[in-house]
Amino acid sequence: MTKTGTGLRAKHQRMVLVVIAIVAVISAGLLAAYALRNQANFFYLPEQMSANPPEAGKAVRLGGMVQPGSLETLDDGITVAFVVTGNETATIPVRYSGILPDLFVEGSGVVADGSLQKNGTFLATNLLAKHDENYVPRELEGLEQHQSPEQSYTTTMYTD
Amino acid sequence: MHGYANPTRFLSLARWLTPVLLLSGIVLSAGAVAWGLFVVPPDRLMGETVRILYIHVPSAWLGMGGWTGIALSSAALLIWKHPLAAIGARAVAIPGMVFTAICLATGSIWGRPTWGSWWVWDGRLTSMLVLLFLYAGYIALAQASARDGGSSKIVAIFGIVGAINIPIINRSVVWWNSLHQPPSITVGKSAIAGEFLIPLLIAVLGFSLLFGGIVLMRMRALIAEMQVEARLRRRALEDDVPVAASMGTS
Repeated sequence: MTKTGTGLRAKHQRMVLVVIAIVAVISAGLLAAYALRNQANFFYLPEQMSANPPEAGKAVRLGGMVQPGSLETLDDGITVAFVVTGNETATIPVRYSGILPDLFVEGSGVVADGSLQKNGTFLATNLLAKHDENYVPRELEGLEQHQSPEQSYTTTMYTD
Repeated sequence: MHGYANPTRFLSLARWLTPVLLLSGIVLSAGAVAWGLFVVPPDRLMGETVRILYIHVPSAWLGMGGWTGIALSSAALLIWKHPLAAIGARAVAIPGMVFTAICLATGSIWGRPTWGSWWVWDGRLTSMLVLLFLYAGYIALAQASARDGGSSKIVAIFGIVGAINIPIINRSVVWWNSLHQPPSITVGKSAIAGEFLIPLLIAVLGFSLLFGGIVLMRMRALIAEMQVEARLRRRALEDDVPVAASMGTS
């Protein structure tokens, strides 16, 4: 390869090839990510679950917000019942027996492992608390842990 | 930029830049982490565990930024055959992998008390773990090619192809329902209160300066290694075939 004309042309050729390769790789990746769109969800929102219910007893995850005012402890003392809401009106009632995570409060995000029962109740075997993207100091908020559901409600669910 | 293709010129710049970056990086990141540990108030819901943010976020930034650097150097190597590009990409790989591992470890420690689980297979966590494996593969490939004199093109192509994971990590919490929270800091907007945000930004800056210093240090070490090898080879040539001694000059 000589220094002047052909060298420059070779450099341009390489640049074009690299740019084509990068474009191809990016579109392949985006295509794969798009194809995964629904399979790669970590959980179903209530509206997704009621629109397209999984068969009863099949292990799935349900995620959403714990509806404020819906959390109650049943008579046996270890079972809790609450309602999960999403971005739309659909809601799903959930039952869970076990230790609740520290951040599990009304109006906050939750992800439940379990299965949908025939009567439409979701029986959870494990609960995960979902934290939202807000970081607010306790003093500044001037509120108890359970008193600021609205703010986290509007932001935990990502809406486009 | 091509001025620095000459290693002597690059080295004279790197010689004074390395201690400057390392020192300012150490001072800023130590200060920001201390600020985060002792001054910042507890979070409304997370309480004291919020402090892990000051290690987790800068590490995640550098893990992803490191691979972006590898991809850019790889493109520079393939297009312009810039001699420093391969050295730069190799120098970034190990610190990038270390920060990715720190990000995963701190996230896991935070996830146990916050979510109730050390690890879940959601989009963000899985794609970050893939990044760690990509780093491991890249380091193995780069070392093998440097040792056995293989083609550095293969390594550069791997660096570019692996970059597809970076936008996937970034968008994973938006595209898919995930347990990891959506981005707190987006262009022009922050869902993080100022008390938390300022030390966080200083920590990101400090960690980045430190990272730059480490990369320059490793680049100098790699160049020195190559010079030693070239010198040894030349000496071996001189000893064996005195006639061929003039060939070794570079």
